[in-house]
Amino acid sequence: MIDTLLSYASGLLLLLGCFFMLTGAIGLLRFPDYYSRMHAAGITDTLATFLIISGLMLAAGWSLALFKLGLIMLFIFFTSPTASHALARSAQLSALRLPHMPAEATHKNNKRTRTMATSESNTAGPEPETAVDTRT
Amino acid sequence: MRYTFCLFAVLAFIWLTNSGHYTPLILAFGLASILFVILIARRMKVVDGESLPLELWSTLPGYYLWLLRKIISSNLEVAACVWKGLLSGKHATTAISPCSERIHTNLHSDLGRVLYANSITLTPGTVAIDIDNNSVLVHALTRNGLEEVKQGEMEKRIAALTENRPRSHRPAEQKN
Repeated sequence: MIDTLLSYASGLLLLLGCFFMLTGAIGLLRFPDYYSRMHAAGITDTLATFLIISGLMLAAGWSLALFKLGLIMLFIFFTSPTASHALARSAQLSALRLPHMPAEATHKNNKRTRTMATSESNTAGPEPETAVDTRT
Repeated sequence: MRYTFCLFAVLAFIWLTNSGHYTPLILAFGLASILFVILIARRMKVVDGESLPLELWSTLPGYYLWLLRKIISSNLEVAACVWKGLLSGKHATTAISPCSERIHTNLHSDLGRVLYANSITLTPGTVAIDIDNNSVLVHALTRNGLEEVKQGEMEKRIAALTENRPRSHRPAEQKN
């Protein structure tokens, strides 16, 4: 009874994981630019991996394979943000440099001052904030 | 010394779960390799509170649970963007609004900032591209995602984790 239930649950998790993998792949192909594609790849990195490995864990039962799968998940969760960050950073340092498009380009509010100030001066301390505050 | 011992425990756990052979000879090889790795790590001077944040052992799992919920919800949002773009038949750009912005952060410790940037990147829909002393350059798939980061709940949680304990390598020039 428990066994069949476990196998159904693991099958369901694997299926869901495959669905999210597919979603990530479609997003990767269809999104317009480099940075948005990276977000689509993020789905395969996180939720799809999590679901598939959870499904495999349920199928493995209490054995050494369970711990190994756990370690695989842990390492993927530690390394995938690092890899994404490395990709984004190298793109930022190359010809794919991000065009500046802040979220408040359409509707200006006072949050703008703080974030714009830090983007303009990444070496100075809190003084430029006040400078920009007076300007706006 | 405490860190060395914990590194030994972690490495031993990894070795034991990956080996599966528990004869004395193989165990001796395992012990030798663990000691060798610890020797190298100590020579590289990476055995410290930064690589093994022991102070967080009780609070970090709670944060990871919260982060997991966050990851799942934002995954669903990004997946919805993908399918909306596909099913509407139009170009995918209709469902998304990519934007980027430098977001100010008050986290002082290196560990806190790394945790913050990694959490942002691990959450689909937002990627931390660049980080410096007091801000993170974040690229987001949708405006909503960026607004959510800016509301700062994640930052508050990380600040609660990391800022209340003394850090020796805190950058001295930032005091707001």
